[in-house]
Amino acid sequence: MAPTKERAPRVSRNPDLIRGIGKFSKSQMYHKKGIWAIKAKNGGVFPRHDPKPKPETAAEKPPKFYPADDVKKPLRNKHKPKQTKLRASITPGTVLILLAGRFKGKRVVFLKQLPSGLLLVTGPFKINGVPLRRVNQAYVIGTSTKVDISGVNVDNLDDKYFSKEAPKKKSKGEGEFFGSDKEEKKALPQQKKDDQKTVDAALIKAIESVPDLKTYLGARFSLKAGVKPHELVF
Amino acid sequence: MPFKRFVEIGRVALINYGPEYGRIVVIVDVIDQTRALVDAPDMERSPINFKRLSLTDIKIDIKRVPKKKDLIKAMEAADVKNKWEKSSWGRKLIVKKRRAALNDFDRFKIMLAKIKRAGVVRQELAKLRKTAA
Repeated sequence: MAPTKERAPRVSRNPDLIRGIGKFSKSQMYHKKGIWAIKAKNGGVFPRHDPKPKPETAAEKPPKFYPADDVKKPLRNKHKPKQTKLRASITPGTVLILLAGRFKGKRVVFLKQLPSGLLLVTGPFKINGVPLRRVNQAYVIGTSTKVDISGVNVDNLDDKYFSKEAPKKKSKGEGEFFGSDKEEKKALPQQKKDDQKTVDAALIKAIESVPDLKTYLGARFSLKAGVKPHELVF
Repeated sequence: MPFKRFVEIGRVALINYGPEYGRIVVIVDVIDQTRALVDAPDMERSPINFKRLSLTDIKIDIKRVPKKKDLIKAMEAADVKNKWEKSSWGRKLIVKKRRAALNDFDRFKIMLAKIKRAGVVRQELAKLRKTAA
């Protein structure tokens, strides 16, 4: 086929009076589009291309089993989940307080929102032991403290980076059942350690430029006696 | 035992209940047994129940229901704002407001400062104890 040249975007010759109702009738549009002129040029017939020859499909065999009752197939659902809406208080560089999980109470720096909707977060690791990690927005308090995150590049990190490795299929054998259940915990791949170091290097520099911020991130958050969470400004 | 703060025209009061909580107003008229007409430079003149007012020591010199311009002039002449902010009551309220608006990071920094101050105090105390012993 000849390569298509760049075309100007198609504009409708029929302006909308209201959505769904055009200004011109069918016969007026016929005249405006010049179908009469094209027909006149082509001997009274609108030119048609012959349909492209379809590739030969193999002859289908009749199925060997017909179910007794006609069962309706459920409709296909093509909905894709949208990325969770990020709270306005959480912007890249915000210090977050984790509320659940292994690192509950830790104050942590927010890097970016991943396509799945989870938040990418880092301690930094050297400061409070929280590695590059995903965290759900619902289990997080966004404080109003921000860290300068301009020197940090997190473009290479996404959900696939954090997915668990698919377990290798073990051949069935009685020895496997009576032996140790799982192999020892896999050592963290060196590449992940390097990623942690590069992300944290720029962050730590920005953190150290603010007095007390390093100790702040190293300390855990807790409620003390007399403190009312609904009255706290974070 | 005798009363010192009276409800009178020109008495500066603090609203202690309701949507205008914490506002400093001036009593410009008395409506009846229960209500006064109050006014402040940045609010519409409105009636308010005496129960919602806490009287202060400050009084300004105005006529009954002055025009806004005259009210503002009188308040500047009596320097109400500064007097209030320097008074012990006013200072306590300012500290309360500031504490309520503290960030999580601010609270952390205050904790560090308190620990530091306590350490210094304890050192001095230890020195004094040594010389006294």
